[in-house]
Amino acid sequence: MITVSLIIFLIVAVITLGSALMVVTARNLVHAALWLVVALFGVAILFGLLQAGFLAVVQVVIYIGAIVILIIFAIMLTQRNALEIGSRFNENWGWALGISALVFAALVWAIVSWPGFHVQAQPLDARFDSVAELGKALVASNGYALPFELASVLLLAALIGAIVIAWERKPEER
Amino acid sequence: MIPLSFYLIFAAGLFSVGLFGVLARKNAIAILMGIELMLNAVNVNLVAFWRYRMPEMISGQVFAVIVFAVAAAEVAVGLALFISIYRRRGTIAADQIDLMKW
Repeated sequence: MITVSLIIFLIVAVITLGSALMVVTARNLVHAALWLVVALFGVAILFGLLQAGFLAVVQVVIYIGAIVILIIFAIMLTQRNALEIGSRFNENWGWALGISALVFAALVWAIVSWPGFHVQAQPLDARFDSVAELGKALVASNGYALPFELASVLLLAALIGAIVIAWERKPEER
Repeated sequence: MIPLSFYLIFAAGLFSVGLFGVLARKNAIAILMGIELMLNAVNVNLVAFWRYRMPEMISGQVFAVIVFAVAAAEVAVGLALFISIYRRRGTIAADQIDLMKW
């Protein structure tokens, strides 16, 4: 049965996959980063369709707002001109294409042969608040408090590590 | 309504496109963008399984949040590495960073 959500899903899926292809094939890296914004926004819309509103917002804020901006900063800092010199693919791109197609075929085969293939979503209980449940699960001691704290430690370690690695030492300090 | 399989096939396609980017691109930042696409495909799968299998158990969304944190950490450290490499060697083409290859 064709419904509005199905039409939205198909349009968003096609746009997302198309812009993902542009990300990996664009010659200009800044264009690739902008196509990445489109692809990430499409995934955010899919989170919205899946009724995970909090994750849709987090996707826009963290991925588009922080990660892509960081990537564009790095492109600006490391390219003399945004166009890559010579080929944008390495000499093994044929192998890469074959492996990717093989992985896709294997995943689709595994999904199709799985009995839960055509399962439909049950409507959510009207009183069910997934944001409140997520918040409780992240801090409850019998929930996911420990992985949550570990993620914060990981972020702190990444923060310090990034500063130390990118630190430009003066010549006399070397 | 959208069957679960549509989400799974979409995520498989996004993952394969990202995998091609990781394997085939020369520029290290382009490789990082391929990894971002793959992580997003995993997140779509996690949230789709949460919604279609057991929406009353929130584990799928918690896992997706953890993946977000790991992706942010990975990008921060990766880009710092690329900037440091660029400063020393003047390039971030992955096939020219061969200092540890013999």
